[in-house]
Amino acid sequence: MAVAIILLLVAIASVLFHIFSPWWWTPLASNWRYIDDTITLTFWITGAVFFAVVAFMAYCVFRFRHMEGRRADYNPENKKLEWWLSVGTAIGVAAMLAPGLVVWHQFVTVPADATEVEVMGQQWQWSYRLPGKDGRLGTSDARNVSSDNPMGLSPDDPAGQDDVVIQNDDLHLPLGKPVKLLLRSIDVLHDFYVPEFRAKMDMIPGSVTYYWFTPTRIGTFEVLCAELCGAAHAQMRSKVIVDEEKDYHAWLEKQRTFVELSQQRNVAKAAYKSGSE
Amino acid sequence: MVDLREESTSSLPPAKIGLGVFLAVVGSLFALFISAYSMRMNLVDWRTLPVPALLWFNTGVLVLSSVALQWAYIAARRDDIQGISVGLCAGGASAVIFLVGQLLAWRQLSGAGYFLASNPANSFFYLITAVHGLHLMGGLVALGRTTAKVLRGAEASQIRLSVELCTIYWHFLLLVWLVLLGLLTGWTDNFVDICRQLLS
Amino acid sequence: MVDVPFDTVAGVPPAEVGEVELYHPRSWWTRYVFSQDAKVIAIQYSITAMSIGMVALVLSWLMRLQLGFPGTFSFIDPNQYLQFITMHGMIMVIYLLTALFLGGFGNYLIPLMVGARDMVFPYVNMLSYWVYLLAVVVLASTFFVPGGPTGAGWTLYPPQAILSGTPGQDWGIILMLASLILFIIGFTMGGLNYVVTVLQARTRGMTLMRLPLTVWGIFTATVMALLAFPALFVASVMLLLDRLLGTSFFMPTLVEMGTLTKYGGGSPILFQHLFWFFGHPEVYIVALPAFGIISDLISVHARKNIFGYRMMVWAIVAIGALSFVVWAHHMYVSGMHPYFGFFFATTTLIIAVPTAIKVYNWVLTLWRGDIHLTIPMLFALAFIITFVNGGLTGLFLGNVVVDVPLSDTMFVVAHFHMVMGIAPIMAVFGGIYHWYPKVTGRMLNEALGQFHFWVSFLGAYAIFFPMHYLGLLGMPRRYHDIGETAFVPASAHDLNAFMSVAALIVGFAQLVFLFNLIWSLFKGKEAGGNPWGAASLEWQTPETPPGHGNWGKELPIVYRWAYDYSVPGIAGDFVPQNDPPAGLSAQGAHP
Repeated sequence: MAVAIILLLVAIASVLFHIFSPWWWTPLASNWRYIDDTITLTFWITGAVFFAVVAFMAYCVFRFRHMEGRRADYNPENKKLEWWLSVGTAIGVAAMLAPGLVVWHQFVTVPADATEVEVMGQQWQWSYRLPGKDGRLGTSDARNVSSDNPMGLSPDDPAGQDDVVIQNDDLHLPLGKPVKLLLRSIDVLHDFYVPEFRAKMDMIPGSVTYYWFTPTRIGTFEVLCAELCGAAHAQMRSKVIVDEEKDYHAWLEKQRTFVELSQQRNVAKAAYKSGSE
Repeated sequence: MVDLREESTSSLPPAKIGLGVFLAVVGSLFALFISAYSMRMNLVDWRTLPVPALLWFNTGVLVLSSVALQWAYIAARRDDIQGISVGLCAGGASAVIFLVGQLLAWRQLSGAGYFLASNPANSFFYLITAVHGLHLMGGLVALGRTTAKVLRGAEASQIRLSVELCTIYWHFLLLVWLVLLGLLTGWTDNFVDICRQLLS
Repeated sequence: MVDVPFDTVAGVPPAEVGEVELYHPRSWWTRYVFSQDAKVIAIQYSITAMSIGMVALVLSWLMRLQLGFPGTFSFIDPNQYLQFITMHGMIMVIYLLTALFLGGFGNYLIPLMVGARDMVFPYVNMLSYWVYLLAVVVLASTFFVPGGPTGAGWTLYPPQAILSGTPGQDWGIILMLASLILFIIGFTMGGLNYVVTVLQARTRGMTLMRLPLTVWGIFTATVMALLAFPALFVASVMLLLDRLLGTSFFMPTLVEMGTLTKYGGGSPILFQHLFWFFGHPEVYIVALPAFGIISDLISVHARKNIFGYRMMVWAIVAIGALSFVVWAHHMYVSGMHPYFGFFFATTTLIIAVPTAIKVYNWVLTLWRGDIHLTIPMLFALAFIITFVNGGLTGLFLGNVVVDVPLSDTMFVVAHFHMVMGIAPIMAVFGGIYHWYPKVTGRMLNEALGQFHFWVSFLGAYAIFFPMHYLGLLGMPRRYHDIGETAFVPASAHDLNAFMSVAALIVGFAQLVFLFNLIWSLFKGKEAGGNPWGAASLEWQTPETPPGHGNWGKELPIVYRWAYDYSVPGIAGDFVPQNDPPAGLSAQGAHP
């Protein structure tokens, strides 16, 4: 008796916890409402199954618990029932899978008008790069990484000279414009994760991965690393700031390009050298 | 009413089934090495290394080794203890020659500057030949024990099963070697390409 | 029309199974230490696995202390936290659960349940244990080497696993990989035994379709393990070469702490494919024996045949086969080709169907049963709840686009702890309470058992159910301290503290269990040969605990399946498998 009640209470408590939980996903700030919807749908279907199975179990434990003189039925199988249950399950599974695959197709299909932004992870910080006036990002290679060229851009690639390089600072994005993030790493695996955007993808040294989204809400969002990357994994933070178009441009104006930064460093170096001589 | 009984359990000796299961495990191991090889060779830094001519000689020796064991197996079925011991010794000796040949091939390669870590093609070459060689050495232990029994005067009927198991293992390792050789010499590149296209 | 797998007239298949030549120990050492008796090996495996499991349990306390009260315990630094999670995961998944289910339960139950005198290759079986012990010792030694154990996470992803930004990069990772290689070699020796024993050493009349589901579960899991562990072997050997000899199987061109390394061109994704080609079947290697054990526990303690036996067998086989084509669902956000997502999401969700069938058949076995709420039954019920819970959250993570926001968060941690941590452990406990009387001849103490069950089940549920919601919130896994993060409310820290307290209490209950194991060995109630009134063969041994060779002079002959409970028209509520049908005496069974 007590066991049946406790089992039922576990099911009820789980449902109540779900309904009243103050811990829920962060308010959405991107176009991926469909992902949230698929999760909600999955919660409904799986929640119903969970409750049904546990409640049925609790009922059985209550109704058929051992008592003097009770004898179990002898019932090896029931093909019909088993097939019905299998088919029902298959339908439920399909109901979750189908929308999931449709949304995944959207997730991997980058719109043609998305602007490219590069994110580079390294132990344990984030750097960003935006295409310059030519609208193209220059090539890069981990072999070029040096203190003068921390992102490892190819010094000879003309397309890379006007690229805007953002180091030790926040990334700004314009509101409502689709962005394709090109993800790159120069040491180990990282994962550029902003909970409010829902999207996420590992960055792999030696190749470039991507995902896309459209920021839909102005604000400051925290960036975390979601793939274990060594001792200071938890401290690898940055911020993404979604701006109105004109604020974004005001910010962009203030940023330095690759060639400007190199010159600046050369000047600084020359000054240091002449000073020491 | 459905009859759930089945035919009698097969009369194969457990050791033979055991060997069969073990070969499935070894097969899985080499299949995974091969898939890793074919994924890795696709990347840009791969420089196929020249296959030393010695490998062809080694392959011939390994074929001879298998033939010798087959001879021993046939002799075992005919209770010909003389034939068994000749076959086992010849098989063992040629397997040892094969291993020495593989070591020489390694020396030739490293002498020519193809070191283990200088290119993934080299790394795979050394690794895969080493794993194959280790399996052959394990086989040699079993073969050695069987041969020792023969030399100590065992009856043909007592060692028939051991000879058969060694023979199966030898043929299996020969087959694995031929597949690996095809992979290392690049014969199977076309096939690998087709598989890759199917996957991507 | 109901199919009754109960042969009233059939008698026995005529085939004579060859008696296994039995090894007889000559001294104390070969009887109890270097023993070739599967039952002794099983106990050795279980004790070793549980001992190293205790280490992992203590590590989980330390982790929970750090997570629940960050900054309070100054003796835990971020590096150590990473080392704790790595060792905790690795030990629990491989050295505890795999070894306990296959090496422990498998060794003890397979020969007894199929009616054999021992495993078919007892010497290899003994070697298997000693190699396993060596693997455990090598693993444990990493706690004492310079730099400590590896902190690369149990997945050991390169490049991070072998670079200097990760703790234990020196000896930790090298010994970890060496230990895994040893484990696989040892397991292969044992696995050959389990498979061939089930195939070849069944007693007369024990057809495959009369095997108890426990044997089916362990057998299928072993076959899977034999085929999947080579992938981990390959990955470990190659990673070891990358670390020691500077090859670049997995290592791309990269910068290590500001300096360009000599690595180049390798593919970290290749490692992930190999790892998960092992890693996903591994989930089912742990789950299938649990499925089997639970099926038997429910049937025995509900005094009712397992519902849909044949469907259960096919579901086990189907799950085993399907689990080899779903591995990349662990890699949806790994950066592999996105179109793989369509394929792997589909296969992954298909696997839910046979799994669901198993759950339905368990609860339908309860229907119109005669449910004895013994401790094993309670654990079986808890298994179903936790497994259903964890299985259903698997539908979130298997559905590729839903996985995107949830992967690498606490949701994943909660999911896999529920489905392959708590649920299999419930099966382990249920199994131990159920078979302890056979192993020792005494019952485990009931009151301590009740305490252990309720605290473990409700406590573990209280840890891992709320944890899903932290993941939903966006809290990443493998963070020793979430710190000041705008989207994490203060209440989340309170929840973490609550979970930590629950974890400590659950951990304490396990000490009570260990005490019960030892105390009952001496003071437990005498059990007799078949205290639960079970029909399967292991309860019909002439001696309890079973003697050397299990069956006395003659092997038992099997006439029926293992689930003849409450058969209509028969007086008792169970019929042992070796009970001849009416009109056939045991001797007269020969046609």
